[in-house]
Amino acid sequence: MTAVVGQGAAGSPAAPARTPQPRSRAGWAGRVNGLTLGVVTLWLSLIVLLPLAALTVASFGDGWSGFWAAVTAPVALAALWTTVLVSAVVAVVNVVVGTLIAWVLVRDEFPGKRFVDALIDLPFALPTIVASIVLLSLYGPNSPIGVELNATRWGLMVALAFVTLPFVVRSVQPVLIEVDRDVEQAAASLGAGNWTTFRRVVLPTLAPAIISGGGLAFARAIGEYGSVVLIGGNIPRETQVASQYIQQQIEIDRPVNAAAVSVALLVISFVTLLVLRWIAARGQEREERAA
Amino acid sequence: MRIARPTRIVLRTLALVYLTVLLAVPIVTILWRTFEPGFGAFWESIRTPAAISAFNLSLLIVAIVVPVNVVFGVVTAIVLVRGRFPGRRLLSGIVDLPFAVSPIVVGVSLIMLWGVNGWFGGLDNVGIRVIFGLPGMVIATIFVTLPFVVREVEPVLHEIGIEQEQAAATLGASRWQTFARITLPAIRWGLTYGVVLTVARALGEFGAVIMVSSGFPGVSQTLTLLVHSRYIDDHNTHGAYAAATLLMFLALLTLLLMTVLDRKRPGQPSGATIAAATAPAEADTDAEVAGADDPAPPGPVASAVPEPELATTTRSSR
Amino acid sequence: MITVAAAHKSYGTFKALDDVSLEIPSGSLTALLGPSGSGKSTLLRAIAGLEDLDAGTVMIAGQDVTRLPPQRRGIGFVFQHYAAFKHMSVRDNVAFGLSIRKRPRAEIATRVDELLDVVGLAGFQHRYPAQLSGGQRQRMALARALAVDPQVLLLDEPFGALDAKVRDDLRRWLRRLHDEVHVTTVLVTHDQEEALDVADQIAVLNEGRIEQFGSPEELYERPANPFVMSFLGSVSRLNGEIARPHDLRLIRSRQQAEAEASSAGVRVTDATVERLVRLGFEVRVELRHTSTGEPFFAQLTRTEATALDLQVGDRVWVRPTRTLGSDQAAPVRALPTEEEFPALAV
Repeated sequence: MTAVVGQGAAGSPAAPARTPQPRSRAGWAGRVNGLTLGVVTLWLSLIVLLPLAALTVASFGDGWSGFWAAVTAPVALAALWTTVLVSAVVAVVNVVVGTLIAWVLVRDEFPGKRFVDALIDLPFALPTIVASIVLLSLYGPNSPIGVELNATRWGLMVALAFVTLPFVVRSVQPVLIEVDRDVEQAAASLGAGNWTTFRRVVLPTLAPAIISGGGLAFARAIGEYGSVVLIGGNIPRETQVASQYIQQQIEIDRPVNAAAVSVALLVISFVTLLVLRWIAARGQEREERAA
Repeated sequence: MRIARPTRIVLRTLALVYLTVLLAVPIVTILWRTFEPGFGAFWESIRTPAAISAFNLSLLIVAIVVPVNVVFGVVTAIVLVRGRFPGRRLLSGIVDLPFAVSPIVVGVSLIMLWGVNGWFGGLDNVGIRVIFGLPGMVIATIFVTLPFVVREVEPVLHEIGIEQEQAAATLGASRWQTFARITLPAIRWGLTYGVVLTVARALGEFGAVIMVSSGFPGVSQTLTLLVHSRYIDDHNTHGAYAAATLLMFLALLTLLLMTVLDRKRPGQPSGATIAAATAPAEADTDAEVAGADDPAPPGPVASAVPEPELATTTRSSR
Repeated sequence: MITVAAAHKSYGTFKALDDVSLEIPSGSLTALLGPSGSGKSTLLRAIAGLEDLDAGTVMIAGQDVTRLPPQRRGIGFVFQHYAAFKHMSVRDNVAFGLSIRKRPRAEIATRVDELLDVVGLAGFQHRYPAQLSGGQRQRMALARALAVDPQVLLLDEPFGALDAKVRDDLRRWLRRLHDEVHVTTVLVTHDQEEALDVADQIAVLNEGRIEQFGSPEELYERPANPFVMSFLGSVSRLNGEIARPHDLRLIRSRQQAEAEASSAGVRVTDATVERLVRLGFEVRVELRHTSTGEPFFAQLTRTEATALDLQVGDRVWVRPTRTLGSDQAAPVRALPTEEEFPALAV
């Protein structure tokens, strides 16, 4: 009899599919009461949304034309341009060097590797103003090695490269560890040289991580203040970045200008992050289609 | 890729030179410049009244911000993980916003909201000074540290699922008892990690705080503001180096803590992980093998599909 | 006794429970059996209070608990994935309910030791769940649920996550445990064999309704409808009648078959042997209606099969020795097909 019983209605010899957990929607899982939700919403609004709303409203304090005039004022425009330019260069440097460092940390072996690996996180842990001072101590006035970069765009780049160093390294590293090395060997066995293998096989796999790391580095560099404040020199139209310009406008009591350029800066970083998200979503989609 | 040894060495050298020039040499230099005049000079420099007051102010801000972030962070994480309501993704996006906002913009925003001429400027008339006072610095710090606790606790909550909490409820535990005895111990390492990140950022925040602080030495200077003002206003380069070195040591301490915590985070009780790894495999009455690789409660993605939903799709596909 | 009356529960447009009423006698071991999405787990969780009903009532031991939270229903609940408190030792897991109730330390210690003895985990007090096997974890979960002396013990697919071997052992162990402890127990399962093996009564659920409630024999021998019939064992259809495959008699001579059939008042089916499968002491004969071409099968003992000396391609006449009902008169719903029930088609 048991032999017969084993065969279910639809002729399934084994037990039917495991019943999925009934995670209730309205029941337990949804039991976050309205009051809690209200408190959280209120809190996030008070801390995050209201200030940004106040900022946006203030930036239009003199109307749309006032906003436009503030953003397109030559010095403001120059500051924004410097910011974007320097950040873009830094992002590119990060993409190249960050990938290189990640590669060395994953594929190479040398004494002290773990120490170097730990060192990578330092810029994230270090307060930005400390980063500024640290760099000044070497590349500032009275440089012990005779390289004075303060108040130059080079100085800005060094400072920004310092604080954004971990982004690309830390996003590429895990992907590189996971990369299927058989594929590389297969490519090599088909006669591909190292460079070809890297370009055609490894790079496409790493691309999403590299782009994401580079994009995050760019977004961070755009808004950076602490690390550039001492080394940058704050020379209008030359080394003044947007955040310094904003700070200056507040100091000379031009809140509308400060708010308008702030909004411009916000827009740039939001657009960057949205593009990144879009690229990530597209990459994931492609991966799913391939799977 | 089998890379020829010379190429590998060239690549390694390039990477190490970059790191040396950018990270190592500057850090060695500042240490050298800080301690060159002797340890005594360093000690004196961080024992001035202004430095002590800055240290205390930084600690005070941390002491206020951490509990606030812990409470609201954990509640927010619970709401985001357990709640089912329209606008949940929007709420989650708001939590991430502070990561995308420049510290200076944070400062300006707070001035526009809390400043004398801001939306809440009326508070000044009743004697509550937010901008250029302690509340402003606290609020600025909360803004920039808001995501840390939430983002560290959220995945842990996801991972532990709701079954343990339900089990506690069936055993008679009230909601508070369940939270205190089941949920909190489960999220403790994630929470601690979030707190460490919060402390590090709170101590190190500069841009947002300088915008909303009056910056008087000995009154409203945090450690980071002290570094800045010593360098810019007092032309006290050594003093700035000393204060920066102090902050750097705090940062290194944080880094160390994070590394230690990182190993503990995957949810296991500290002792048990080690015990599980070292315990001799006793003869089991069951055919199954005991192991530390617990078939964890089904992950959030795989099992969160509720039975009815599954059945509904089945139905609609008829 | 657990009484569920007119229970309704919907998720959006999906009816998880559609007017379910059930009376589970005290001290019994009752199985809720059904395919995925049949509402069996929802029913159990509604009894536990982990799920709120849209309508209907739940009574436990004469008390209306419909609006009570799980904490106050006097239940013990065992989850499919154990729900072990990972940061607590085995002892603390089992002691949890008692310590919530603020029992004296000594009492807790005695009770925990006693229970760990019962579930065969004595000596494992100081282990952590991660150091236990799945079967041990589930036994710990049982001890934890029993520690608070629940009025009813509710088990949600308790063996679903375990290996086949462990599952069988644990199932028998549960039956023995129940015979000792006598706590009213409700067990959710999708495995008909498990239900038939351990339960005093089985409630078969399908699409949010109870199709039949009764003893395992009743359900197998007198299924109320085609769903129950096919969910608990195989069926063969011939000429509009349904029978268990082992209730089919194959006869080589037409005259003899018709003579037997007319005296028994059944019809004879003309069929061709398609395939013979020897399964241990049984032989499975796959057949095809000669007229309609529909396949079905019969289960014979080895002796019967040898006596008949069947060959593939032989023509035989089939008569049921016992039928379960008529196919045409199938009440309410037709048998589920794979399309309708993908879960069955594993």
